[in-house]
Amino acid sequence: MNVTIVDYNSGNISSVINSFKEVAKDKVNIEVTSDLNKIKSSDKVVLPGQGSFKSCVDALNGITGLVETLNEFVITNKKPLLGICVGLQMFADLGYEETETKGLGWISGKVLKIDNQNNKFKLPHIGWNEISIIKESKIFKDIENKSHMYFVHSYEFIPDDKNVISATTDYSSNIVCSVEKENIFGTQFHPEKSDKIGLQIINNFMNL
Amino acid sequence: MLKNRIIPCLDVKNGRVVKGINFVDLKDAGDPVEQAKIYSDGGADEICFLDITASNENRDTIYDVVERTSKNCFVPLTVGGGVRGVEDINKLLNCGADKVSINTAAVQNPEVIIESSKKFGSQCIVVAIDAKKNGNKWEVFTHGGRNNTGLDTVEFAKKMEDSGAGELLVTSMDRDGTQIGYDNDLMFKISSTVNIPVIASGGVGNLDHLVDGIKLGNASAVLAASIFHYGTHSINEAKQYLNSKGIPVRI
Repeated sequence: MNVTIVDYNSGNISSVINSFKEVAKDKVNIEVTSDLNKIKSSDKVVLPGQGSFKSCVDALNGITGLVETLNEFVITNKKPLLGICVGLQMFADLGYEETETKGLGWISGKVLKIDNQNNKFKLPHIGWNEISIIKESKIFKDIENKSHMYFVHSYEFIPDDKNVISATTDYSSNIVCSVEKENIFGTQFHPEKSDKIGLQIINNFMNL
Repeated sequence: MLKNRIIPCLDVKNGRVVKGINFVDLKDAGDPVEQAKIYSDGGADEICFLDITASNENRDTIYDVVERTSKNCFVPLTVGGGVRGVEDINKLLNCGADKVSINTAAVQNPEVIIESSKKFGSQCIVVAIDAKKNGNKWEVFTHGGRNNTGLDTVEFAKKMEDSGAGELLVTSMDRDGTQIGYDNDLMFKISSTVNIPVIASGGVGNLDHLVDGIKLGNASAVLAASIFHYGTHSINEAKQYLNSKGIPVRI
């Protein structure tokens, strides 16, 4: 099996690479590339993302044909994709970090700044927080409810259809931290930095 | 609910772990990669490496340490010490660091923080502030605590937040190595001024000091070196203790 981590200059992806390689051992081939043909031929794709919504979207658009290739992979061919952090946020129609920016539009909704109740909650939301699993998700196999995951973000994804939400976390309000819509998976938290439990999520995704 | 973090810090020199008492009198005590793995297996919420003599010596050893650690530890890894600019940050991130802490360069050229937070995202930019009390204010020190800039620490902290820092790592130079506890007045003053997380550092000698850093200093995370490094307490003991005092921790 081939799993491709999309390398599109979205910031630091070495931890994502290390964690997937750790889980893959010799059983799964991990590619790190923006090569369109390699993405097309892979079985699963990981879309990481660090920095702002706008900078990640700009970086995706900066590689000719990449968005079209991802659309084909996800929408036409219905192959599994995991978005991490801003990678998940870009599933939305629109993001509002820096300026209004169009996302991939795979799951309708918006990405807005977390309402921190007049600075009652510090931003970014950094650290370990419990997730409340509200829907069975294939990537949560053997993951207990209230497990701790590592978060770093100031913006949250607000999907129109609440049925796509698989987990939330409590930080000033119930923030969407995991979504599943058919073959599309996303985590706002960083499984690659969430210790053994995070590696389990990566393992679940690879075993889909 | 967001948990308060416990961050063991390893001072690294020439690829080996040392812990200074007031930055002098160093004792060599082990391999950083092995030590970091012990910490992460023990429940550390993050690992911090401080390359203490980085400004003066061959820095390549730290890159190798970071690279090997990141392949063995799957919790956030923060690396600081001698980070001068975007090039150094880029190199550390590529080796597998998740965050980079910047001290002297942030004071000398605040543009570095603006530029690097735009380029890499605020989430990986930690500004490390070394502060020393002078009368009724605290002044910012650089170069591992050797140079007094005369800058007001609280104002500087605010400026760093505005420049794009994602977190502040605040060390009291008066307390570092003393084991008498954090300067919680300083921590509280900064954490109530800025709206980004503050990591308290400098002076931990027992587990109550960690509790105080959070309860009195209002810190989001507490950093310590010696009490963990010399085996006085394990990470798990620290977490159990904080939990018993009503502080939310990841257990």
